[in-house]
Amino acid sequence: MGIHRGHQARPLEWLAEKFIFLVSLTAILMVFLIFVFVAREALPLVLGKMNSAAARPVIAAKEMDKLKPEELRTYLGLTAAEFKQLDKEALQALMEVREEEAKEAPKDKDATLNTTEWRYLFQPHQWSDSRPEDRYVWQPIGRIHKYNLMPLIIGSLKTTAVALLFSVPLALAAALYVSQLASPTMKEWLKPAIELLSGVPSVVLGFFALMVLASFLQGVFGYQSRLNAFVAGIALGLAVIPVVFSIAEDALTSVPRAYTQAALALGASKWQAAWQIVLPAAAPGVFAAVVLGFGRAIGETMVVLMASGNASIMSFSLFDSTRSITATIAAELAEAVFGGHHYRILFLIGAMLFVVTFLTNLAGDLIMHRLKGRLEGKAK
Amino acid sequence: MTATDAKASRLDFRSRGFDFASFAFTGITGLATVFILAILAIIIANIVWHGWGTFSWRFLTGSADQDMFDVNKAGVLPMVIGTALRVLVMTIVVVPVGVITAVYLTEYAHSTALTTRVIRGAVNNLAGVPSIVFGLFGLGFFISFIGRGLDGGAAEPLWGKPAIVWASLTLSVMTLPLVIVATEESLRAITPGLREASLALGATKLETIIKIVLPEALPGILTGGILAVGRAGGEVAPILFTGAAYYMRDLPHSLTDQFMDLGYHVFILSTQSPDIEKTRPILFATVLALLLLTLSLNLVAVIVRARVRKRMRASH
Repeated sequence: MGIHRGHQARPLEWLAEKFIFLVSLTAILMVFLIFVFVAREALPLVLGKMNSAAARPVIAAKEMDKLKPEELRTYLGLTAAEFKQLDKEALQALMEVREEEAKEAPKDKDATLNTTEWRYLFQPHQWSDSRPEDRYVWQPIGRIHKYNLMPLIIGSLKTTAVALLFSVPLALAAALYVSQLASPTMKEWLKPAIELLSGVPSVVLGFFALMVLASFLQGVFGYQSRLNAFVAGIALGLAVIPVVFSIAEDALTSVPRAYTQAALALGASKWQAAWQIVLPAAAPGVFAAVVLGFGRAIGETMVVLMASGNASIMSFSLFDSTRSITATIAAELAEAVFGGHHYRILFLIGAMLFVVTFLTNLAGDLIMHRLKGRLEGKAK
Repeated sequence: MTATDAKASRLDFRSRGFDFASFAFTGITGLATVFILAILAIIIANIVWHGWGTFSWRFLTGSADQDMFDVNKAGVLPMVIGTALRVLVMTIVVVPVGVITAVYLTEYAHSTALTTRVIRGAVNNLAGVPSIVFGLFGLGFFISFIGRGLDGGAAEPLWGKPAIVWASLTLSVMTLPLVIVATEESLRAITPGLREASLALGATKLETIIKIVLPEALPGILTGGILAVGRAGGEVAPILFTGAAYYMRDLPHSLTDQFMDLGYHVFILSTQSPDIEKTRPILFATVLALLLLTLSLNLVAVIVRARVRKRMRASH
């Protein structure tokens, strides 16, 4: 028997280790796949290959012979494989159908626009069927599909802003109390109790906002439309509180006890130690909590879908009915034609959302990592 | 007052009589804590109060094949079964993958290696992806790519349509971070001495992990599984396009069927009911059923986790 070393000694161990390593890459693979497959559906749009114009230029069917095969293929919008299968008569028939369609197509100037171009997605446009002014319109139904994203982006930002303004002060104050002022026994009860709020499903928060909170807030503030960005924002805040609380509390607790003890020994009161020593030391972590809370708020769907009223109005008022990016995807994807321009636009805004939350998560993660490293380094 | 004075008074820590600032600070932060808990209590109390009247055994086990908006006849059995099925399939997928990842991170990986940091980053990032994006991912990847690929262009799609299996897989991607984090925490709570003793007696690393470390970490693995079930049980956005049905006459027969879902039913009842006043009792009772499911699971997870932490403190 010779002496075996390395993986030859225990092939099973070696195999198991490799297998475990491969499985642990699943998380990375999934993040990658999410981005690839959400972006893949939106890709034709980004590359400018989609055309949503209701009326397209027509070539008379009689003139088919004058076109080169490649021109004919792009004109009819066929793939190379489909084009090969069709004989000349079938192509002729398709051209005639196209001619018929053109006769019925709307005649006004908007009908020839490709509304999926970038300038129609982000810049205002003067539509022929509405008031004579430049407007931001999201209206993916009817004769001319209008896909301006600004009302949705503003809607998402409005609800998110309300949610953060409501939840961050509350959650931070609670985190300070629980981590610095409460007795250990109290802390053991309070922390899980507050985190239980994250066990309330978002559809239940949405339901609560719709059935109870909306009427209550309307009674207090007396605004006009019952469902609006304000109601949705407050309900959204309830979903954000446990996120911010949890991370901020974690950051505050990770500040070494020696800091507090030193301050107390110098005669500081408990609140002075908490406010002037612990909070500044944990400031990056608190900031990370807010950043991650933002990510949660802008990505939340059901609460906003149910409580915001879902009217895509371009307005900066908090008390107007609003529609967010997430709610738009949830409400419209089922009706969108598979592979059509509406479908691809919804995937495009989904991909944009993913990129935004990816960056906020990354930022939050890096900040927390640095903070932990710094505090642990100092404690030793 | 000059700047130096201001600074001096700020650093003057001596207490003098009644400390108003201290009182105000404790009061404000304490009130915030109480306020959050009060909101939670109000939500739960409101739902229990309005839902209790209709919530009964008959409601839980009644079918919805007559009329799902009829207060006297409608039950939620199909939704309970649908939710249970999708969560069960999800658990079977996510727990092994999550546990193995956690084992790699705690037992094998070098904590400073680049791979380890990237895996950790990916796990944290996955936890923050919006639930609606998971829905888009399920539709784009599982249904369009894998499902249609399996069908191979068949006229009647078997896999390339919304189904329990796709909804479950989507949810298992979403809950993966929960399982990983909970398992990792309990793996770290085990004293190194236990591992060293096992290795010293001649057990290999793999044997130590399977026979010593994992049984010890069982409570943590359970916590992760329970948290994942609680989270996934109430999620609606990821299953909107991947499997949930507005209405189905029959219960699902196979994993390629669509299903009715408790959370989605809450959404339907609150936004698409023909008469919201009439259906209010079933709405509240359905919410109560959903809330009982998710909150009780979360409560169990909290209790198990508290025990793990206590043991960890005792052993270190």
